[in-house]
Amino acid sequence: MKVGSASKTNYAPLLEKKQGIGYYLRRDWQLYLLVLFPLAFVIVFKYLPMTGLVIAFKDYKIARGFWGSEWVGFEVFRDLFSKPDFARAVRNTLLLNVLDLCFSFTMPIVLALLLNEVKSVKFKRVNQTLLYLPHFLSWVIIGAIAYQLLSEGGGVVNNLIELMGGNRIRFLQEDNNWLISYLAIGVWQSMGWGTIIYLAAMSGINPEMYEAATVDGAGRWRKVWSITVPSIRATIVTLLIMALGKVMDGSFERIYSLQNKATTEFTTTIPVLVYRWGIESGNFSRATAIGLFQSVIGIILVIMADRVAKKLGEDGIL
Amino acid sequence: MKATTGNPAAPHKGRIDIWELLIRLVIIIASLVCLLPFIHVVSKSLSSDSFVIANKVFLWPQGFTIEAYKKIFADASILRSLYISVIVTVLFTILGMILTICAAYPLSRAQFKGRRVITFIFLFTMYFSGGIIPDYMNINNLGLMDTIWSLVLPLSFSAFNLLIMKTSLTSGIPVSLEESARIDGAGHFRILFSIVLPLSKPIMATLSLFYAVGRWNAYQDALFYIKHETSLRPLQLKLYYLVIQASESFQLEATQVQLSNPEVLKASVVVFATLPIVCVYPFVQKYFVQGVMLGAVKE
Repeated sequence: MKVGSASKTNYAPLLEKKQGIGYYLRRDWQLYLLVLFPLAFVIVFKYLPMTGLVIAFKDYKIARGFWGSEWVGFEVFRDLFSKPDFARAVRNTLLLNVLDLCFSFTMPIVLALLLNEVKSVKFKRVNQTLLYLPHFLSWVIIGAIAYQLLSEGGGVVNNLIELMGGNRIRFLQEDNNWLISYLAIGVWQSMGWGTIIYLAAMSGINPEMYEAATVDGAGRWRKVWSITVPSIRATIVTLLIMALGKVMDGSFERIYSLQNKATTEFTTTIPVLVYRWGIESGNFSRATAIGLFQSVIGIILVIMADRVAKKLGEDGIL
Repeated sequence: MKATTGNPAAPHKGRIDIWELLIRLVIIIASLVCLLPFIHVVSKSLSSDSFVIANKVFLWPQGFTIEAYKKIFADASILRSLYISVIVTVLFTILGMILTICAAYPLSRAQFKGRRVITFIFLFTMYFSGGIIPDYMNINNLGLMDTIWSLVLPLSFSAFNLLIMKTSLTSGIPVSLEESARIDGAGHFRILFSIVLPLSKPIMATLSLFYAVGRWNAYQDALFYIKHETSLRPLQLKLYYLVIQASESFQLEATQVQLSNPEVLKASVVVFATLPIVCVYPFVQKYFVQGVMLGAVKE
């Protein structure tokens, strides 16, 4: 996001003569005092941890401490890249996020187009309230509800399947089914909430365009394709690019709430490995290294996505 | 922008046709998919064990009983978790708002020198962070492990919320208002407390909700930082151990062994943990929509 460009036009030039920093400190000391508190906070809780990244290049031993541990260069990374779990975690992180992008990104667009076609304000209001609801629940609660619904033994979905003469399905206890359930739950959680920005973009469309199209004899779907969709194109592209920048991320909470011992094929992702290696097993160096790997790839993706956005004539996100 | 604002001019005039009905049907199905899981879990939580074991409960309680809820309220550790969650959420929200305002107000003032650098320092944290393990070691080094502060302090600064607040202050407070206050001799503190804050109530309410709901729902940090001190487990973490990992049993279970099927109890814990959100949800929804809209607006 562009920083501080909005207020260039304020009255500052009026009293602007080159002054030393001391002048401004004296004049606006209250502002500096205010900003000092959050600044100190960010330094302690955001920047101080960044110094901890160096242990990715050290053989960190808790007993020897941060400073006493030996430098090993890229040894930790070499060891990391040779681990079979590493390749699996990278593959899974990409797989889950790309698939999630395919489904969780498109559903809100479809839903928003449908909602936009409804005339009754009351109907829209009621349904939007219901559709937004899952977004407000924590992943633990969603995970718990998922088990109540989908478990093999007592899950209501399986009860219904059985009632209709089908066989029980191991939705959450079998790898491929788990993947599908994971994606479906993601769609469920985010589809309603995702419509907000699209609906806002649609409400900005000039109604005269629709009227003109009607005069030209355009039907309902013609208008959707030729007016509504092109009008939200910019919004779609911006959000897509932002989402693309995040394909190396992974929601630890989401996976952790939905995983179980029976499904390990797809649940081994980068954040899960960080937790398992670092916090459970105490291998801080390796866990930090994989976290750093993820961050660096992530930031490269964000920057690339931003470049692409600007090439496409969008505003970009940085 | 309200959640419910329809298209001011509905694109298609005329009577309800077959397409309109189909579209409404699809939307209703989607809404029901969002709603029915809750109704089912609530029904389960209010049913008696035997009906649940026999898989007879769908969307209406069978053999109505509130036995499970009585057990929850008799379980001191669950109530304790609720209490921890409330305390943590309140402290977190207050601290988060103070930090946001202290950063956003100076950064929204044009005469504030060094604004660009400081803004960068704040916003950089949105794109790069140490990651889980360095954060964990930091909390450990600061001696915050297994304390309530490990849940309050680390996340209480949000660059995203700062951005929303800054945008709102820059565009929402007329410069002339501030100038006249300065002419009357008011300092920045006075301007902040007497003019800016009273004028920013809506955005402050919105951001407080962002902070509060975010904190209420998070459990990752509690999972990492609250290791041994079980009495400090917030509700979401308690729920995680109880229902998802099923590694923890209800305290009363030991004394009442006849509880052969914990499904009902699990369902009622889920409802118990969901209720606070569902109760405030209809009231906060529109603020969230506003906040999302503001967050989407770029300078």
